[in-house]
Amino acid sequence: MARITASVYTSHIPAVGAAFDHGKTGEDYWKPVFAGYDKSKEWLKANKPDVIICVYNDHATAFSLSMIPTFAIMTGPEYNPADEGYGARPVPKVIGHPELASHIASEVIQQDFDLTMVNEIDVDHGLTVPLSCLFGEVKEWPCPIIPFAVNVVQHPVPSGERCFRLGQAIRRAVTSYPEDLNVHIWGTGGMSHQLQGSRAGLINREWDNMFLDKLIDAPKDLAKMPNIDYVREAGSEGIELVMWHIARGAMSDINDGGKLKVVHRFYHVPASNTAVGHLVLQDAA
Amino acid sequence: MSLDKDFKDIPGTIIFDAEQSRKGYWLNQFCMSLMKAENRAAFKADERAYLDKWKMTEDQKQAVMSRDLNRMMALGGNIYFLSKIGATDGLSFQQMAGSMTGMSEQEYRAMMVAGGRKIDGNRRLGEDGDAQRPKKD
Repeated sequence: MARITASVYTSHIPAVGAAFDHGKTGEDYWKPVFAGYDKSKEWLKANKPDVIICVYNDHATAFSLSMIPTFAIMTGPEYNPADEGYGARPVPKVIGHPELASHIASEVIQQDFDLTMVNEIDVDHGLTVPLSCLFGEVKEWPCPIIPFAVNVVQHPVPSGERCFRLGQAIRRAVTSYPEDLNVHIWGTGGMSHQLQGSRAGLINREWDNMFLDKLIDAPKDLAKMPNIDYVREAGSEGIELVMWHIARGAMSDINDGGKLKVVHRFYHVPASNTAVGHLVLQDAA
Repeated sequence: MSLDKDFKDIPGTIIFDAEQSRKGYWLNQFCMSLMKAENRAAFKADERAYLDKWKMTEDQKQAVMSRDLNRMMALGGNIYFLSKIGATDGLSFQQMAGSMTGMSEQEYRAMMVAGGRKIDGNRRLGEDGDAQRPKKD
């Protein structure tokens, strides 16, 4: 059967993608950001997933105000990097896993989460920047990826608790898939940042690190935090962090009495307007 | 479970909810049109004529032409949509965010390198932080 063995959390800052694409990773400003992923890149080579479920948000790229799905799972065969106004990122297209994605959609909808199923979509920096951070410059991504989009643009966005329960539902769905697959689930976005108004540039280092601490050790409590706290403490765009709960809720310690280990934890300020956070949790066994 | 009260006491922050989304519908959809190169060219060639093709209010059109992002947000714009205007102008997200703070590009960049804007005094309206400027609208 398929099993979720690890979760990866990371910010998905567009300027990081631009630095990557324009060969600036060695500059003093960017060097510490990319160095923060070195350990995880090595770990991924030794712990290669068969499939990644990557939770991200679309930033008014494929979803405009024409349609705003709260949760959307991509069940198609492949997705191109989107042109977000600066030209498409020169990164490989994303190969999906239609069979597992369709299975998850079917099983999760029967657990009362209304997923929108999407077969044709271009994926933006929310998805491709984490792939670049964790796989570097490659001709093709090393495994199939199931993009899973969450609305964090128009409020109300789903609560952390609902996201956490969705993660649990995804785990049950993956576990009931008959093929033997090693699945990783990624939660992306955040950490503290605000891109609007007189409070633009907000960073809350203490809050971000509290979030990382609790995500590791007290995830159920953390998931109960109301959405207003994210906006107030971590900035209007810090609300993206609710997506991390989907990945966290899908881990073995929450569902099957498993034990986890922290493979890597990293925090850095700034990358453009944003605090970079990154964490890798894996089954301890 | 109204969103309004809680979210309205954060300084310098407009929550993009259903009401703002309705108000800014055509402003935001105009922004989406700028993801096509031919539309960017048409907009740049004659901004007024291009904007007049959209069902936007005069206030929204003026805010776009003067590149007043704070005003655009007050009139229903969302930063992820508005950023397409910045992209059309060749601006980065940092330049766009900085332009809303009253700081120069250099000052804003220096603030970020020094660790960003502090949260203390900026959680609620009426505190004493550096983001406590009267909100427009």
